[in-house]
Amino acid sequence: MMILSGDPPRSRILTLVLVVIILALAATPFLFPGAKALNVAAKICVFAALVASYDLLLGYTGSVSFAHTMFYGIGSYAIAIALYGMGPNWAAVATGIVVGLPLAALLALAIGLFSLRVAAIFFAMITLAVASAFQVLASQLSWLTGGEDGRSFQLPELLRPGTVLISKNLFGFEINGRILTFYLVFAVSALMILALLRVVNSPFGRVLQAIRENRFRAEALGFRTVFHLTYANCLAALVAAGAGILNALWLRYAGPDTSLSFSIMLDILLMVVIGGMGTIYGAIIGASIFILAQNYLQSLMGVASKAASEAGMPLLPGLLHPDRWLLWLGLLFIASVYFFPTGVVGRLRNPAGDKGGGSH
Amino acid sequence: MTDLAATDPLPKPKRDIAPILLPVALALLMIPLIGSTSSWLTLTAASLAMGMMIFIMASGLTLVFGLMDVLNFGHGAFIAVGAYVATLVFAPFAASVQADSLWINLAVLAPAALLSMAVSGALGLVVERVLILPVYGQHLKQILMTTGGLIVAEQTLYALWGPQIIPMPLPTSLRGSFILGDVAIAKYRVLAMLIGLAVFIAIQLVLNRTKLGLLIRAGVENREMVEALGYRIRRLFLGVFMTGSALAGLGGVMWALYREQVHASMSDDLTVLIFIVVIIGGLGSIGGCFIGAILVAMVANYGGFLVPKLALVSNILLMVAILMWRPRGLYAVTSR
Repeated sequence: MMILSGDPPRSRILTLVLVVIILALAATPFLFPGAKALNVAAKICVFAALVASYDLLLGYTGSVSFAHTMFYGIGSYAIAIALYGMGPNWAAVATGIVVGLPLAALLALAIGLFSLRVAAIFFAMITLAVASAFQVLASQLSWLTGGEDGRSFQLPELLRPGTVLISKNLFGFEINGRILTFYLVFAVSALMILALLRVVNSPFGRVLQAIRENRFRAEALGFRTVFHLTYANCLAALVAAGAGILNALWLRYAGPDTSLSFSIMLDILLMVVIGGMGTIYGAIIGASIFILAQNYLQSLMGVASKAASEAGMPLLPGLLHPDRWLLWLGLLFIASVYFFPTGVVGRLRNPAGDKGGGSH
Repeated sequence: MTDLAATDPLPKPKRDIAPILLPVALALLMIPLIGSTSSWLTLTAASLAMGMMIFIMASGLTLVFGLMDVLNFGHGAFIAVGAYVATLVFAPFAASVQADSLWINLAVLAPAALLSMAVSGALGLVVERVLILPVYGQHLKQILMTTGGLIVAEQTLYALWGPQIIPMPLPTSLRGSFILGDVAIAKYRVLAMLIGLAVFIAIQLVLNRTKLGLLIRAGVENREMVEALGYRIRRLFLGVFMTGSALAGLGGVMWALYREQVHASMSDDLTVLIFIVVIIGGLGSIGGCFIGAILVAMVANYGGFLVPKLALVSNILLMVAILMWRPRGLYAVTSR
């Protein structure tokens, strides 16, 4: 209970699903051999943390930000540029963290003070504008960021796949640097999610929810809403940058497509909404469903598309083409906002489906 | 507040001309900085043309927000749809497009633009009914729903037309420039300016001189009151939404001709630009939107000429500066 900050999943099925997901993630290196499974598991961890941090904004304060990938990208690029420039050592990792996290927090502070002060409705538009400017900036400053190619880098010795920590003959599994990196990603993501649970269940988190429900009334009660919203924005940015750092460490690469593109922003939105806004747990569920679908359903779509084109059906092959996967996600997104505004978690907690949770 | 006798004329609203002077001042300020008068004239003309196109695209968005408090993140989709529909007309009549006669060119251009407007307007009807109607009064869901709509629209365009960039050549008679002394002004920009100005004047006339416009303006200021007086503001809003979508479609055609290409992701970049314009102008204000569009275009053109590196963030800087000056945009119309 302590570790969950007194906010348990509150549904037997949900608890079961979460336990299964977490156990499966923790055991991925041993249960599912192969690089793809490990990649998928690492991506789920990173995105669970990233989406949870977005949930702090969307689900708990009710403000829509389109700049979340920017903070994610800042984290990714900070570590990538540090490791690229200073060589694969721990000092570079530390530099990346020490530069990346404060940078993200400062930028979030600036955006928050500027746009949350004016009018809540501006926030979504202004974050969209700032994020797109940042994206252009990142691709233009190619001497620093590597432009469209991004930056590939080497990890410190300990985290490389070639580093064998425990050889195969001891347990039947080889524990190498790659697996160590995976557990690093797993542990840090878990810590960040638990920290977010702590934040949303603190008095501060209650104020955020009060602001979401009725900003005017929260202000009348004497809370400085701009301060609270800006603070939440900075916290979310910090966690997003942290997730970005993990992502870059895992991929050994940072580039516009993996850390900045607008489609990642849409993915995050989808995961939050599918999982359930304002629950934090929804982030884990949403990220798991989405990334599993992204990695395994897409190939299914390819098969369906081929079958449809062989059957000579018009239009359908184009619509089912794996590249059009976003189309179906978009439809799913609209449907879930409309029919399941509380997402999977909200449904499991409250099967009757009456309105509750973080949908406003 | 002073008491007014019944016979006194109503007090005139104060005219706020500072925002109008802003683009003029900016343009004049640029003369010494740019140095050569001919480049200045060319750049100014380019800004005005670009501004008009952005205005046409943004006007619908700002009206929709002002009237019904609906923030449509999918507005960009209407732009892209408009542009794609125009290619449908352009492709079979390629010969007429290439013909060196203004009238034959216009005979293709005008139906293409009208068809685009009709299709985007009809799409607006569907979007309003399906996506926006269920989530009235809920900003968060509106943003999510319309963002979803934007994804679906964009992906459908990809599925129907493929991911490649479709070239959209300018009609022959609109190519080239008018040369006045040593000043060159592209012909198409003149046309864009004329159309933009016409749209602006038409919107202003409808808003200020007709009963329909009176109702729209009243609805922007106080929706409940208009409803209480027995007008069906929902229907009014649907009309505004469709008009806004149709204008976005027209803007899309014009923008596609300006860039001479069509791409499904064109809506992404333009959405950002339009948002900046709408924020600068003040949500719900047509006049503010007009000035905002010209300002954004001026900053883009002058900035691109003077300090190309700055062009990337110039729009953001402009927005920051304006919001520092007037936190709710140039003209704050709504009380929201």
